[in-house]
Amino acid sequence: MSGWAADPAEAVFREEWGRLLATLVRWVGDFDLAEEVAADAIAAAVERWPVDGVPEKPGAWLLTTARRRAVDILRRRQNYAAKLAVLKVEAERDELVRLSAPAAGSAGSGADVIGDDRLRLFFTCCHPALVAEARVALTLRYLAGLSTAQVARAFLVPEGTMAQRLVRAKQKIGKAGIPYRVPSATELPGRLPAVLSVVYVVFTEAYAASNGAALIRPELADEAIRLARILHRLLPAEAEVTGLLALLLLVDARREARVDGDGDLVLLEDQDRSRWDQNKIAEGRSLVLEALRHRPPGPYALQAAIAAVHDEASSADTTDWVQIVGLYDVLRATAPSPIVDLNRAVAIAMAHGPAAGLGLLDELADGGALDRFHPLHAARGRLLDRLGRPAEAITAYRRAVELCGNDAERAFLLRCLGAAEGRAAAG
Amino acid sequence: MQYLLLIYAEQRTEVPPQDQLEAEMAEWFAYTEDVRKSGVYVDGNALEPVNTATTVRLKAGERVVTDGPFAETREVLGGYYLIDVPDLDTALDWAAKCPGAKYGSMEIRPITVFDQG
Repeated sequence: MSGWAADPAEAVFREEWGRLLATLVRWVGDFDLAEEVAADAIAAAVERWPVDGVPEKPGAWLLTTARRRAVDILRRRQNYAAKLAVLKVEAERDELVRLSAPAAGSAGSGADVIGDDRLRLFFTCCHPALVAEARVALTLRYLAGLSTAQVARAFLVPEGTMAQRLVRAKQKIGKAGIPYRVPSATELPGRLPAVLSVVYVVFTEAYAASNGAALIRPELADEAIRLARILHRLLPAEAEVTGLLALLLLVDARREARVDGDGDLVLLEDQDRSRWDQNKIAEGRSLVLEALRHRPPGPYALQAAIAAVHDEASSADTTDWVQIVGLYDVLRATAPSPIVDLNRAVAIAMAHGPAAGLGLLDELADGGALDRFHPLHAARGRLLDRLGRPAEAITAYRRAVELCGNDAERAFLLRCLGAAEGRAAAG
Repeated sequence: MQYLLLIYAEQRTEVPPQDQLEAEMAEWFAYTEDVRKSGVYVDGNALEPVNTATTVRLKAGERVVTDGPFAETREVLGGYYLIDVPDLDTALDWAAKCPGAKYGSMEIRPITVFDQG
C-alpha cells in the first residue's frame, strides 16, 4: 500500500528514526551529526540483526550504537570536550531513568525519556521563526523519517531544491539559536498551533493534492495520522491535539470511497458508505467527544465534530445538516475564514435548499478572497445546476476547471461541465 | 549568545502631543531599565533620523556614496539593543517587551561568532 516503503525493514526503522534522532540531537546539539550517527546505527542493524537476531529492545540498541559512534567522531574532532561530557552525563541519566522505570511494553525503547525528546524535536522543527514550508519539510524529514527524496516527492519539488531548503532551515536553527526544548506551560498555547498546523498541512496535502495526478496520496495521509498519534500520546491533555487526531481519522475513514475504480473523484453524497472505515470512525468519535469537553471547543475539535456528523449518517439525505450548520456557526465565531464561510454556505444549501446557499456563495464570490479558489466555483455550478440554470452553471464550472490544479478533480469538473452543457442544449 | 534587537518604525510625519510623547518616553526608559537590571544588556542606542543616513558601496573598487538608506522602505531603523541571552526564544521575549514591537517591528539578528582557533 505504501508507495515508498518497498523494504519492510524500512517501516520499522522509520518508526524508530524520530525517537533516535530526537535524543541524539539533544545529546550532540547538532542535526547533521545526529543524522549521521543515526544512519550509521540503522546500517549496523541491517547488517547485524539478520545474523544475531533482533535485540529485545531495538530502540535502546540503536541508541547505544549511535551514541558510541558519536563519541568516536567527537573524540576525533578538536574542541568537542564539552559536548562529549554532555553526551556522557545525558546518556547515564537516561540509562538510570530507563532502568528505574517500570517495564514498559515488550518493544520498549525507554519510551518516556525518548518521548520527551520527540516533543522537543517537534517544537524545534515547527518553531515560528522558520518559514512554514521549512517547518513541514523538517517535520517530515526528522520526525516522520522520510528521506530527502521522499520529502521532495511529497511536495513535488526537485530533490536538490528540498535538500537546500533543509540545509537552510538547519542553519537557521543553529545560527539563530532556536532552542531545543518543550515550551513552558505558559508558552504552550502560543506555540502549539504551529505544530498542529504542520501536521494538518501534511494531511490536507495528502487528501487534496494541490498539484499532480493522484487525488489521494495515502502514504502522506498515513504519515500525518502517525504524527498526530505521537503528539496525542505526548500531550494527552491538550484538547486541540485530541481534536486534530479525531479530525484526521474521521475524514480519512472515507478514503476508500472517495475515488472510484477509475481513480475518479466521488462526492461525499454519492459515496458507497459501506466502504467507510468503521474502526477509524469509532476511534475518531470517541476522541472528538473527549476534545469537545474542553470549553470553548477549539477549531480542530469543531471540524472533527462536523466530520463525525457526516460519518454517522447512512446517506446524504439523512445527514443532520441543521446540526452541521450550527457547528459551522460556532466555528465561524471561533476561527473565522472564507473557507469556513464557503463550507457553511454549502451546508445551508443542503439544509434549506439550493437558493439559500447560492445567495451566500454569490456574496463570497463578490468578496474576492476566494475568487481563485476552484471549490467555490464548483459549488456555485452545482447549486445553479440544481436550480435548473444550466447556462450559468456552465460559466461557473468553466472557471472551476480553469483554476483546478489536480488532474482527478479537473476530470470530475469536466464531467459536470459536460452534463450541464447537455442539459443546456436539451432545454 | 548575543543578539542585536533592531527597532524599526514608520517615520513620524507630525509631532505627537506632549503628554503622549512623555508617556512613550517613560515606556522606553522603563524597558531600558528592565534590560539593564536583568543583566542581559550589552549595548544600545537610539539613532538620528533616517535623513541623516549615508550609504556607501564599493563598485569595482570605486567608492559610491549616496544619500539616505540603501532601500526605500516605509519602516526605518530607529535604534537598537545588543543583549546577551541563552537562545532565540529569550531574545524574542525581550524584543516583544520592547515598546518598538508595539509602535513598529523588531528584527532579531544573532551576532556572528568567528572561530578564533
